[in-house]
Order: sequence, then C-alpha cells, then structure tokens
Amino acid sequence: MQTPNRLQPFYENLVFEKEDNRMIVNFGPQHPSAHGQLRLILELDGEQVAKAVPDIGYLHRGMEKMAENMIYNEYLPTTDRMDYIAATSNNYGFALAVERLLGIEKDVPRRAKVIRTMLLELNRIISHLFWLATHALDVGAMSVFLYCFREREFAMDLMEDYCGARLTHSAVRIGGVPLDLPDGWLSNLSEFIRNMPDNIADYEGLLDQNRIWKMRLEEVGTLTPEDALDWGCSGPTLRGSGIAYDIRKEEPYEIYDELDFKVPVADSNDSYGRYKLYMAEMRESLKIIKQCIDLYKDTEPDLMADVPQYISAPKERVMTENYALMQHFVLVTQGMRPPVGEVYVPTESPKGELGFFIRSEGDPYPYRLKVRAPSFWHTSLLQHMLPGHYLADVVTIIGNLNIVFGEIDR
Amino acid sequence: MRRYTDKTNAQAKSYHTDRFYQVPQTPKAAVDSDEIFAADYKSLSAKFDIKDAYIEIGQLVVIIDPKDNKEVMTHLRDKCGYTFLSEMSAMDYLAKDGEYEIFYQLLAMKKRKRMRVKCRLKEEHAIESLYDVYKSADWAEREMFDMLGVKVNNHPYMKRILMPEDWEGHPLLKTYPLVGDEAGQWYEIDKIFGKEYRDVVGPENRDTKRIDPKDTKNFARIGHEVGYGEKPVSKPDHAYDEFQEEGGVPLITRFTKENQKTLKERK
Repeated sequence: MQTPNRLQPFYENLVFEKEDNRMIVNFGPQHPSAHGQLRLILELDGEQVAKAVPDIGYLHRGMEKMAENMIYNEYLPTTDRMDYIAATSNNYGFALAVERLLGIEKDVPRRAKVIRTMLLELNRIISHLFWLATHALDVGAMSVFLYCFREREFAMDLMEDYCGARLTHSAVRIGGVPLDLPDGWLSNLSEFIRNMPDNIADYEGLLDQNRIWKMRLEEVGTLTPEDALDWGCSGPTLRGSGIAYDIRKEEPYEIYDELDFKVPVADSNDSYGRYKLYMAEMRESLKIIKQCIDLYKDTEPDLMADVPQYISAPKERVMTENYALMQHFVLVTQGMRPPVGEVYVPTESPKGELGFFIRSEGDPYPYRLKVRAPSFWHTSLLQHMLPGHYLADVVTIIGNLNIVFGEIDR
Repeated sequence: MRRYTDKTNAQAKSYHTDRFYQVPQTPKAAVDSDEIFAADYKSLSAKFDIKDAYIEIGQLVVIIDPKDNKEVMTHLRDKCGYTFLSEMSAMDYLAKDGEYEIFYQLLAMKKRKRMRVKCRLKEEHAIESLYDVYKSADWAEREMFDMLGVKVNNHPYMKRILMPEDWEGHPLLKTYPLVGDEAGQWYEIDKIFGKEYRDVVGPENRDTKRIDPKDTKNFARIGHEVGYGEKPVSKPDHAYDEFQEEGGVPLITRFTKENQKTLKERK
C-alpha cells in the first residue's frame, strides 16, 4: 500500500494488486496517440483491457458559457476553435443554426451557397487527410503520414488563399460569405481535385493490401449497428456499421439536394471498413467540388443575405442610405436580436453530426447554446469498445474514431 | 414601477433595449400540420400526460412531466422509431421559475424526422437517468450535472466530466461569475502548493499585452532583446539579430537578408 505525502506522491500510474494481478495504466493525458488531452484509465488483465474509463476536460474552455456572453457574430470565430481540423464546418454549423432561427436560410444568395459547399467539402478532405495521416502514424505507417500532409498542405494553401487563415478559417458568416473567390482560385482548386484521385490511389496502394495495416485494423474496434445507434455515433463511425445515414443526403441543407454524390457505407463494422469508407468519402467530396465549380460560373455576384434588420446591408448602401447606416450601427454595437424560440440544426461535419442548439429569449445574446460535437459521443463509446481489446489496439481504436479534443471539451 | 431585473444574473446584458421593441417569436405550427408528427403525438398522448406540443422550425416539440421521462423515451424509441438520442442538456430558469428546463433531442432515421422532448424540473428534484434507454445519455447526463447541477437518479457513474472533481459551482448557471470566483482563481495554487503559497505566486496576470520592461529573462519586445542579465535597452541599434556564427557552420549556407527570395506564386 502506498502512503502518499508531499515528497512521495501517489503513483497513480501503477497500482499492483496481488489478488487478481491486474494493472491500472494511465494512458495520457500527454500521450501522442491520444489525439489531444485524453486521459484513459485502463485496467489491464495481462495485455488485455478489462475496463476503460476515459477522462476528459483538459481542454475545457467553456465555449458554451462564452456563447451566452457574446453577440451572435462575435461567437462565430470562437467556433473555429472547436474542431480545429475542419474549422469551416463549425462556422457553417453555427451560421446555419442562426440563419434557421432568424428564418433567413432562403435569403442566402446562391453564390454564397456554392462557395460554402465548396469550402465545406474542401474541409472534409483536409480533415480526412489529417485523419488518415495521424491514424497511419499511430499504427506505424510513417510514410503515409508524410504523403497525406503534403496534399493537406495544398488544400490548406487553397483555404489560405481564400480566407487568409490556414487553421481557424472563419470563412463563413451568418447570412453568407464575406468574400468572393479570388482570381485564379478556381483553377488552383481544379488542379488540386485533378491530382487528388491519384494521390488517394497512392495511399490505398500503400495501405489496402499492407499486411501490417490489415492485421492492425481488421476485426479491431468492431461496432454493431445497434451499439452505434445506442451510443449516439454519427458520421463515418455510424456508416462504418452499415447504417447509411448522411445528413447531407437525408436532411439536405445548402445545395446538397442538387448535387450528385453517393453515401459510402461499410458493412464490416470494423476499423478497416471505416478506413475504406473514409477513402470513398474523399472521392465523393472531390465529385461534389467538381460540380460546385461548374455551378459557380452561373451565379449572381451577391454574397450576403439582404435582411437589413439582422445582417448589415452591403457597404454601398450603408455608405449612401441613412437608415441602412443606423441599422448597421445597431447591429455592430448591440448585435442582432433573433426571435424568441429554439432551434436545433444538425449538419454533417467530417466527424459526424455536428449540431447547434440555440435558445433565444430575444436578446442579442443566446440564452443557451449547446454544441452537439460528434467527438464527445464517440469518446464516450471508448468505455464500451475497448474492453476485450489488447493494449496495442487501443491506439488503433482511438485513432480510428477520429476524435478531436477541441470539440470534445469545448 | 421599476422593471424587474434578476440581480443574481452574472451574464453579459444588452446595454440598451428600445422601450417599444416588440420581440418576435419563431413560427410555431400545430401538430396536425404534419402527418408523421401527428401520428407520433397521437400514440404518445394516448399513454402519457402531454402538457404542450407544437412544431417549431421543422421539429416536433413535446413538453412532458419530468416524472415520466424514461417511459416516454422508451415509448418513442420502441413504438415511434426515435432510435437515436442526438443531444440532451438543460437550461437554467432557476431565477425566474426555480426550475431547470431539460431537453432531449431525438432522431428517427427511417422517417427522417427530429423531435425535441422537454420537461421542467424543480431545482431540488432529480431526474431519472436514461442510460437504460439510450447508452449515449451516460456522458450527456454527466455533462448536464457538471455544467448545471441537475441531479440524475440511477446513473451508473455520476461524476463531474469536464470540470475537476473538486470544483465548486456549476459553470453554466446564470449565477456563476464570469471572471472566476476566489476558489476558481486559486484552484491550481491551492491544490498543488497549499493556500499559504498564494502570496508567493501572486495574482494571475490576465493582461496579455502587459510587458515588464525590466524583465530581460522571460520576455522582451522584438528588436529590443538583450543578453541574459544585461540592462534592457529602450532603442535597439540593430533591426534584426543574425542568429548564426560569424565563421559559419560546415555544410550549412549562411542566411543573409540579401540572399533571400520571395516566391511570386505557389510552386
């Protein structure tokens, strides 16, 4: 028995009990394969996990509290910091929730919708590339990591050319997008999506038949469809268990109902099936971007919704019309006041169902804002999924679930 | 008469509201206006006491008694196909009504419909855990307790989840201070070194722009750097330091400002 004092602290990493020979191991919170600040308390029976207790909260910044004390437009850049791998999908989820609450979803101009869809899918590719890179690195495939980051760099350059930021984009505004595409951006994007299928084929060439990759992933992290539903899984984790529910397809937003794309599903329920699914999703995203490039050409140049009581009028009108200037001034200093009511808006982020619940009491500040971050629910799945697996598989499963701590702890 | 204001509310408030401002409401439709929701409502109201039901922004909202939350959810899952609990949490209406408002956000995948079940819970009462109905309620209920202090009965592992276990207060309550109370401010110092160490460490400096001009060890302004222990300079005599030895290092090309290139476009 340990007797802790200030000089001899309690060794919480190691507890030996003579009776059943089980060992408690602290996985994290500073473990490179934990994808952030995850502390996982594992009870090991030999090398097998007998019990797993995830401990989160190391990155808690009180984002929901911050939302209650910020005007709606102020909060938008904060959403970047949740899923920082694909920031635009957060911005968009929040912007769409506020637009639905205001009832101005239909007022968003067509060009803004096309640009948003393009950015969302580009972010999906960035996120999936990052997922593959880190997951492969965890499992031991270093070269895949380097190749994926090369392509991710090109995609991030595109984001940088559009909005000036590489990670925290804030490229979407409530009511539209702030900027039109810069000159030559579409040709750069076309070049990117022209090269990307070959690159994906390269990754698959490295991994698909790779004996180590298959041994580490096949039959690891098996998740039955019933469990996936029960534990609130969404996105690729849900579709990896054979349930074809993609919010883009089933409850379409933006211009997804006009686009032609498939929802890939994997029936094998294991990590390898999910890997194949991510690859297929990247190809579908490329298809969507290609269609968006064609759609962009015949759109009007408007970028922001014309609802001056909620969203500032265009600069030209603000500078020439007295009333528009007054409204703009009130919107900037006091913020918009949405109607009293509640809204829950789900969107399909790269990680899964990203939902924003907003309760408005008619004030410029939301009364309550709740973020349904997919990673939070996927992390809670760990306590169910890990027991029975070997210690080495823990890393595979954490990597495979695609969790990002910015949005788990918020 | 002076308008009633909630004195305990520590949240940011709008500094001006027009006296004649009419707050609009989100459009609410009757349940009958949607066939699928009407059927769900019918099967639900036959068994349970429903306080109110309407359709708000495309989703059915049903307000129930907090006592039957588990039965209602089991019914919705088994009979109406709402197999997915996508979100749940609570809102703080303690100052106004002495109640929490708890909401459960459900999804029926086959029908592509979403609904929200809400109930009002008295502050001192506890709600029944939904862990047996949806496993995903496990962490969501822990978060609800952690953030708002809503008590949950029969939860398998009711503990704080985001905040440390010995934290005082529940951060998402409207009464929770915005800049940190004393316990929060000294939490780490008290825990690691003990209370008597507060004087040694001193209060946390939250001004990110504050620079101590006398401090040459930790931070100095760019262009004003001096060696360790030397006196700080107010006006630098060099714009950029060259961070390489004069003699050079084998195999490494010395970087000079004249040699640098700027790319016109992406490679």
